[in-house]
Amino acid sequence: MAEKKKAKAKTAIRAKTGSGPKAKGPDVTGLTIRVCVGTGGLAAGSQEVIDSFHTELKAHGLEAAVEKKSVNKTGCRGFCAKDVLADVIFNGSASTYQRLTPEKIGRIVEEHIINGRPVEEWLVGPDYHIFHDKQTKILLKQCGQIDPEDINAYIGIGGYEGAKKALSLTEFETIEEVKKSGLRGRGGAGFLTGLKWEFCSMSRAAPKYIICNADEGDPGAFMDRSIIEGNPHSVIEGMIIGGYAIGANTGYIYIRAEYPLAIERLKIAIDEATKKGFIGKNVFESGFDFEIRIKEGAGAFICGEETALIASIEGKRGMPRSKPPFPVNKGLRGKPTVINNVETLSNLPSIITKGASWFSSIGSEQSKGTKVFALTGNIKNTGLIEVPMGISLKEIIYDIGGGIEKKNRKLKAVQTGGPSGGCIPASRIDMPVDYESLTRIGSMMGSGGMVVMDNATCMVDMSKFFISFTQSESCGKCVPCRIGTKRMLEILTRITEGNGKDGDIDLLVELGTDIKLSSLCGLGQSAPNPVLSTINFFRKEYESHIKKGICPAGACKALRQYVVNAEACKMCGKCARVCPSSAVIWQPKQKAVINKSKCVKCGACFDACPFKSIM
Amino acid sequence: MNEKKCETILNKYNEEKGSIISILQDVQESFGYIPEDVVFWFAEKLNIPASNFFGVTTFYAQFYLKPRGKHIITACCGTACHVKGAEPIINRMRAELGIAEGEDTTTDGQFTLEKLACIGACSIAPVLIVNKKVYGGMSPNKASRMLKEYEKSSPR
Repeated sequence: MAEKKKAKAKTAIRAKTGSGPKAKGPDVTGLTIRVCVGTGGLAAGSQEVIDSFHTELKAHGLEAAVEKKSVNKTGCRGFCAKDVLADVIFNGSASTYQRLTPEKIGRIVEEHIINGRPVEEWLVGPDYHIFHDKQTKILLKQCGQIDPEDINAYIGIGGYEGAKKALSLTEFETIEEVKKSGLRGRGGAGFLTGLKWEFCSMSRAAPKYIICNADEGDPGAFMDRSIIEGNPHSVIEGMIIGGYAIGANTGYIYIRAEYPLAIERLKIAIDEATKKGFIGKNVFESGFDFEIRIKEGAGAFICGEETALIASIEGKRGMPRSKPPFPVNKGLRGKPTVINNVETLSNLPSIITKGASWFSSIGSEQSKGTKVFALTGNIKNTGLIEVPMGISLKEIIYDIGGGIEKKNRKLKAVQTGGPSGGCIPASRIDMPVDYESLTRIGSMMGSGGMVVMDNATCMVDMSKFFISFTQSESCGKCVPCRIGTKRMLEILTRITEGNGKDGDIDLLVELGTDIKLSSLCGLGQSAPNPVLSTINFFRKEYESHIKKGICPAGACKALRQYVVNAEACKMCGKCARVCPSSAVIWQPKQKAVINKSKCVKCGACFDACPFKSIM
Repeated sequence: MNEKKCETILNKYNEEKGSIISILQDVQESFGYIPEDVVFWFAEKLNIPASNFFGVTTFYAQFYLKPRGKHIITACCGTACHVKGAEPIINRMRAELGIAEGEDTTTDGQFTLEKLACIGACSIAPVLIVNKKVYGGMSPNKASRMLKEYEKSSPR
């Protein structure tokens, strides 16, 4: 039956094209299929989907009728919750499919491509369009549209025009243009990029270096990875512009070894750009020489800090040093060095081509342009988003994010800035998202992680999570950070275990304030932020842990009390079988009961219950 | 110790300064971990104190001084994974593999279970990586099923 169908389809094409399978049929001109192959897409099985497209197209004799590179890989298009996503484009119309699996491809090829009827039920719904329409895409515009492993695709959309233009200006003019745009560093602190360049260009020492900081270590952030995976050339172009402006002939990309796909694509991109003459000797016949090297990090969060990053490139332990002197004066190997974040660099090509005033027209008073956020946590539409600075948090969460994932739960807080940032309570979500507003509320922009938390998330547990992260990542050079974070972690641990003492909260505030004031580098200076901001907004939750021994969110294991809801219990006995301490009393055809004195609160029964009757 | 392997790595970085990290990364790639005698060999050849190598090795999370399991399971413990329940998954795997407290590798050298701060795949949290293949949207049960498949593919 299936074979018959195939044969029929084949004849249908021949009939329409009229000149055999080799000619381009009018029904399938310019067939392009774009499949997302970001890390999220690959984990969801996009490679299998691509293979399936190839096999199915071949099986239907469409191989010769379509262009050679008809099945394209593209970078992350942001909406990772709906992966695998693919565009099917031909005859000038495009359709996007969501949640594809290899099994679905056969029907798409047959019904849509051959018979011209899209498979309606697998197409993306209105939420896909709302998700994208609310965004302002500059950096992510090309991610998901072009093949990241093909330089011609990037050139085709105006790529390397910015570098070409910058190199036709003087170094001074290029810096002025970036200064006028108001672009601020996207790595966290928000220092003006143009100003940083100016400081470096004023340094007389030589050689100079430009470093791209792709050591995206913040847990909950993946903007830089996605930009590199989706559009690596924009970062390289940004580095050429920056290198030229400050007078550096060597650029380094310091990237986490945990991002193998991004590293691979960068290598390909650098190779291709070198072949085209965009990197190397006499770039664009301007007399400017530039080379880019990749340095892989080895797993240390602290290496995102500028001076620690430099130490790591030099092959040393990644420990920061006190500033000044700043890297713009004494950086890599003691020479003037500019370190820019991935997102900052990838903004540069469009600033140069479209002009500073175009860029500064987007965003708020003091924060210009757009910001990419990694929207994750208990939210419906997880993924990568790009929004103009100054947009309200509410719009991000409810319009783009689609609200809280689970129906019976409520928004509790939004965490921005990772381990250096803080939690913004649900009551404040009308606030605008820009550098100043976030700092004022006790959080920070950070690199752009945005984790949404619902009411089942415990704020004490969250701050414990972040402090245990910074504590283990503290390099140990300065005392406040090394010992202070350890003591904070101990206090938080005892609170979550039900052993909190009166005065613990004040002690945390005092410790936190001191650590912020006296630490050597940005890691220690911001490490207490998650604790201080949650104490500020959720002090009652801390008090409840200490005074009543109750975790209001029900997240702290040691404070949990497991009981069987007799109404929901279906007497299956699964809970009794998994209990390691024989605390569940159960007999066939009887409802289970938990013996509290024997219970070790491991939660195994809770996980095992298929009817959710254990609470 | 395999001197040929070391020679290849040495030749790659011979003249370049400050390449301790790159050398160690290559050593780990070809040996699976960083054997002590290899470090001393490089220290001698490059005239750099071995203490510098060990200093770097112990500073960065990615270097291992002990041999690791045949299958490497990396559990992401980033914010998104934490919020979505990475901890119960790790506990279940530890229990099923029988990895002792304070250890990360099974006694038979089949599995290594390690935690990582964030692999940047937050949209598909909680995430596990097994032998470089990324698994998204995990749960304790899914993880347990996955372990059984890997166990089947290479019986203990």
